[in-house]
Amino acid sequence: MSVYTPEEKVKVARNPGRPGVVDFVNALFTDFFEQRGDRQCREDGSIYGGIARFHGRPVTVIGHRKGKNLEENLHCNFGMPGPEGYRKAQRLMKQAEKFGRPIITFVDTPGAYPGKEAEERGQGEAIAQCLALMSSLTVPVIAIVTGEGGSGGALALAVANRVLMLEHAVYSVLSPEGFASILWKDSSRSGEACAVMKLTAQDLRRGGIVQGVLREPDGGAHTDWEATFRTVDAALKKELAALDKMKGPALAQQRYQMFRAMGQSLLPAGKEDA
Amino acid sequence: MNRFFTQRRDRLLTYQAMREGKITAARRSPCPSCGAETPATDWSHNLQVCPKCGYHRPIGAYYRLSMILDPGSFQELEEKLSPSDPLDFPGYPEKLEALEEETGLRDAAVAAVGKVQDHKAVFVVLDSRFLMGSMGTAVGEKVARAAEYAERHKLSLVIFAASGGARMQEGIFSLMQMAKTAAAIQRFQSKGGLYISCLTHPTTGGVTASFASLGDIMLSEPGALIGFAGPRVIEQTIGEKLPEGFQRAEYLLDHGFLDQIVPRSQWRHVLGQLLSLHEKGGRS
Repeated sequence: MSVYTPEEKVKVARNPGRPGVVDFVNALFTDFFEQRGDRQCREDGSIYGGIARFHGRPVTVIGHRKGKNLEENLHCNFGMPGPEGYRKAQRLMKQAEKFGRPIITFVDTPGAYPGKEAEERGQGEAIAQCLALMSSLTVPVIAIVTGEGGSGGALALAVANRVLMLEHAVYSVLSPEGFASILWKDSSRSGEACAVMKLTAQDLRRGGIVQGVLREPDGGAHTDWEATFRTVDAALKKELAALDKMKGPALAQQRYQMFRAMGQSLLPAGKEDA
Repeated sequence: MNRFFTQRRDRLLTYQAMREGKITAARRSPCPSCGAETPATDWSHNLQVCPKCGYHRPIGAYYRLSMILDPGSFQELEEKLSPSDPLDFPGYPEKLEALEEETGLRDAAVAAVGKVQDHKAVFVVLDSRFLMGSMGTAVGEKVARAAEYAERHKLSLVIFAASGGARMQEGIFSLMQMAKTAAAIQRFQSKGGLYISCLTHPTTGGVTASFASLGDIMLSEPGALIGFAGPRVIEQTIGEKLPEGFQRAEYLLDHGFLDQIVPRSQWRHVLGQLLSLHEKGGRS
């Protein structure tokens, strides 16, 4: 089991040597056909997606892409999508539903991009539509948080029937730096923020936010990609097999109920009005 | 209830002091937008809109409901729903308690059934005095329950947003309220329900990126700041100043994200018209 503190996990989760969506696609899927563009104005490199086979069956894969070198980083905007990226994701998801393909997402982003054009083109609206669409899909959806699950930009690809996390991945309402800056007006207190935010996979599993934690090799996923791929492959196979037993409306209902219930048990008993 | 009487007593004492000439009702306060000094009574007669420049001051949830609903039609929903502290965040319970004392609200949202020009609908109003109207578990739950109530009773849903976004103090549980509210709205709409989203100053972050952007009809008050990222974060990210009027309601209207901008004095008229155009809450 892990010996990392939450603060150390944030560093491990951000380690550029960890496998990203492109690596997972290459390792776990065959016949990958990349799909680009939002059909409205732009192709957003920070969202990578397409059709592929998972153990022979067609699925749709979508994930945040950060890039492995500076050139790629710039092309992918360091994994921070704009509204075009989220609209591309919606397009791919609607298509997956049309053709009855399960959807597998790989979540790894510091957050949606806070830029001028992103706002102009409706960043908030694009994320909101992603959430609404995902909540109603009638195909199986599995999300894996592989690195940083940053804010609404991560959640926009993670309204799934099963949300899994790699052991040292993190998932939070905002980056620890942003959190410290908002609450304490001091982004240098991010270490302290990590300690209170409950952003580790283990904390989130306990809180009922994620349904499974996938063991990483000693030291973290960056030390042994092959071992990480084997774990993720096995988990995806198992979860897909379980979801295959459910019909379309039941899948949408299970996903809806799961997110509908989040945080409910925490509330001091307030009777529902009839 | 105690609070109610305390506030009432304070108000009566204020009136008494005014009668005795100890304080004057005409205390002026400056408009944050144009700087013009306006007497408190004029702010009040003008629905807290600056008579000089039209700046819309943020207002409380109950006041807004009293402005919009037919007299006597207000019936609060989920009044008892109170917030939780899932992170055991230092100082958070004390902060909630102090705000409850100060505002009379249990959390940042008020839900109600009421009528506008005799058309019954479900209303949720966020209140920016309560931790910037931020959405934690209680606010998310209230929005979802309001949508479910509207569905059960075949009513339309009207939400007035005013929020800094997800509530940091409740961490990931706040983030999940985005998914919860978007899902609840989606479900409500897919069953034929009409949802009118009314954006007021400011509407940002996780509230913009969830239920507030999903209206069948999208409206806003003049001058409201509406966006995902706040202007300061954007300026820091891109390293340049944002143009005048960026992320304001008028700008969003120009960019295709709003149907109309509605001045505060017109809400009753516009909502009444829209509700009358959607009999049975929009269901055929």
